[in-house]
Amino acid sequence: MVHGELWTIKELFVLPNEYIYWSIQIVMYPYMTGLVAGAFVLSSLYHVFNVESLKNIARFALVFSFALLPVAMMPLMLHLQQPLRGVHVLMTPHFTSAISAFGIVFLGYGFIVAAEIWFVYRTYIVKNIVRLRQKNDRTAGETLLLTIHKVIALGAYDLSEKAVAADHKAVRLLATIGIPVACFLHGYAGFIFGSVKANALWMTPLMPVIFICSAIVSGIALCILSYAVFMEIRKLIAKRSKPGAGHLAELRSIEEHEVHSTARYLLLFMTLAITLELLDVIFRGYTAVKSWDIIREVIYNKDFVKIFIFQYGIGNVLPFILLLLPRLSTRRACLACLLVLFGVFMMRWNVVIGGQAFSLTFAGFMEYHMPVIPTSMETFKEGLTGAASVAITPFILFYFLNKIFPAFIRDEKH
Amino acid sequence: MKRREFLKTSLMFVSGASVSLGALEFFDVREVLAAHPEVRWGFLVDTYKCVGCGFCVKACKTENEIPFEANVTRTWVERYVTLHDGRVLADSPKGARDGFTTSKIDRASEGFEDVPQDEISQAFFVPKLCNQCDNPPCVQVCPVGATYQADDGVVLVDRKWCIGCGYCIMGCPYGARFFNPVTHVADKCNFCYHRITKGLNTACAQACPFGARQVGNLKNPDDPITKILLTQRVGILKDEFGTKPQVLYIGLNKEVR
Repeated sequence: MVHGELWTIKELFVLPNEYIYWSIQIVMYPYMTGLVAGAFVLSSLYHVFNVESLKNIARFALVFSFALLPVAMMPLMLHLQQPLRGVHVLMTPHFTSAISAFGIVFLGYGFIVAAEIWFVYRTYIVKNIVRLRQKNDRTAGETLLLTIHKVIALGAYDLSEKAVAADHKAVRLLATIGIPVACFLHGYAGFIFGSVKANALWMTPLMPVIFICSAIVSGIALCILSYAVFMEIRKLIAKRSKPGAGHLAELRSIEEHEVHSTARYLLLFMTLAITLELLDVIFRGYTAVKSWDIIREVIYNKDFVKIFIFQYGIGNVLPFILLLLPRLSTRRACLACLLVLFGVFMMRWNVVIGGQAFSLTFAGFMEYHMPVIPTSMETFKEGLTGAASVAITPFILFYFLNKIFPAFIRDEKH
Repeated sequence: MKRREFLKTSLMFVSGASVSLGALEFFDVREVLAAHPEVRWGFLVDTYKCVGCGFCVKACKTENEIPFEANVTRTWVERYVTLHDGRVLADSPKGARDGFTTSKIDRASEGFEDVPQDEISQAFFVPKLCNQCDNPPCVQVCPVGATYQADDGVVLVDRKWCIGCGYCIMGCPYGARFFNPVTHVADKCNFCYHRITKGLNTACAQACPFGARQVGNLKNPDDPITKILLTQRVGILKDEFGTKPQVLYIGLNKEVR
């Protein structure tokens, strides 16, 4: 069977070679890069603009962004028909293609995040090495951690005031460079779509900007949500180990404070994202070029539920109201974030799948039926199971990264 | 240093430098040929002559080893039916591999639509294939340079280098590209490059019983298709994308997408 035939249902006049070639993994790709970029921007808000209220979530966001980073590449590899040749993009990049820069931008961004983490955690790592070295009865895990930290420390054990100040300076610099690079990484994902002139729905210069805004929205939402979840876990642990109420109350107040102040930034970026998306639709309707007839049919008829109910209704308006209502509780904020994440996912879906919902003939439609139960490698890779593995991986990675770079420790600065 | 001396030395230096720079520019025959190639392959389709028999599609599939049963094809034929009420129906069942054997219109998942003969105002066939564009978007978007344009204008795919990302398939406004179910890389019509470069005809043009398809060298003023282009009115598909397609059509209509 031809690639794409399995999940494409054609309606009316569709060209023989047309199928939904870009399926669920290409929905996951901008979604995951968006989360990476968003999480990084959130952490930078503290490091660059000194937003004190985001201090605790910033460190978490940085480590989480690093855990998400390799996952942004996963959907692409799962999508390629020749995954073993994926490295060609780095070896013979053809620079007129938007995808060719991916390797460079992605690696560059990876280095920036890795370097920033290194500077943020250097003091901690050195202190930990000293502590573990002195310890005589090390467990196997501790010995392993010591080895890892020794390698990561790169021999930089200087903890003098001057050296630590230099660290802080480097973090600030990297975070500052990181913001435009993160925006570029994701804006460029938008460019991949926005520059396809053959696709009437994708081709708009607004696409990269829309992608950046929704990326930041989803990144912040995921950070709030996972921060709250991890804090709940920590509260549970605190309850078990130290029954005293003092520590517990402290954790609770930190959590509420962080969630509240971050939610304000979420609202800000949400407004921006929705404005741009609506501007795009209004502009298309107003200019009504040749493709508008079929696009209108897709937006207002075929995909109405996905766009107006799921994406705008449940994914935008509802969480907006939830966040704006007075006396925001952590639980309500989490619910809103969950909905926001769903909304951004639907936005990616509506762009990627919606862009292929109509034929190049403008006289036919294609419907995507996502494979749920994997019956072959192809249906595994480009089905629900493939998408789920992509979604779960960052949390598994974070679990291990958190052992090396504890995301929840508190210190005086950074 | 005196002024005269300074001027003398600078003059010497500048003239010496310019000579050596000029000497670096070697004359490369291939470069000159590439800039002024003697061959530019083009294709002419006479829609008046096409009867929708689908021999071209069959011949193409056989010649280029595209699995016969696979629902992808390097060339296909579309049928357009205009009704008296202004409605336009179009179809291309299996790319017209088996020809148009019924007057019923293929509406894909909606089944076949039977159109009463007396409602039809006109009907015609349009064969399609890769346009070998002068400004090919597929070449532009390939991230690894696996698809490229030869000096003679034909766009080719390197099957050993294509990573199968599908960006070129998305970038083609004509739906000419697809994933080959055997090689799992991007595939498309290349004017039977292995044949035309040896002086043979393309498989589809060879198989066409009515001469609706012709391949030729647009740089050669004596080529039969160049002669037709110079004397007749021809059209191209989807001009608005700026791809500069090199497949030219006689008898193109506004309904053709």
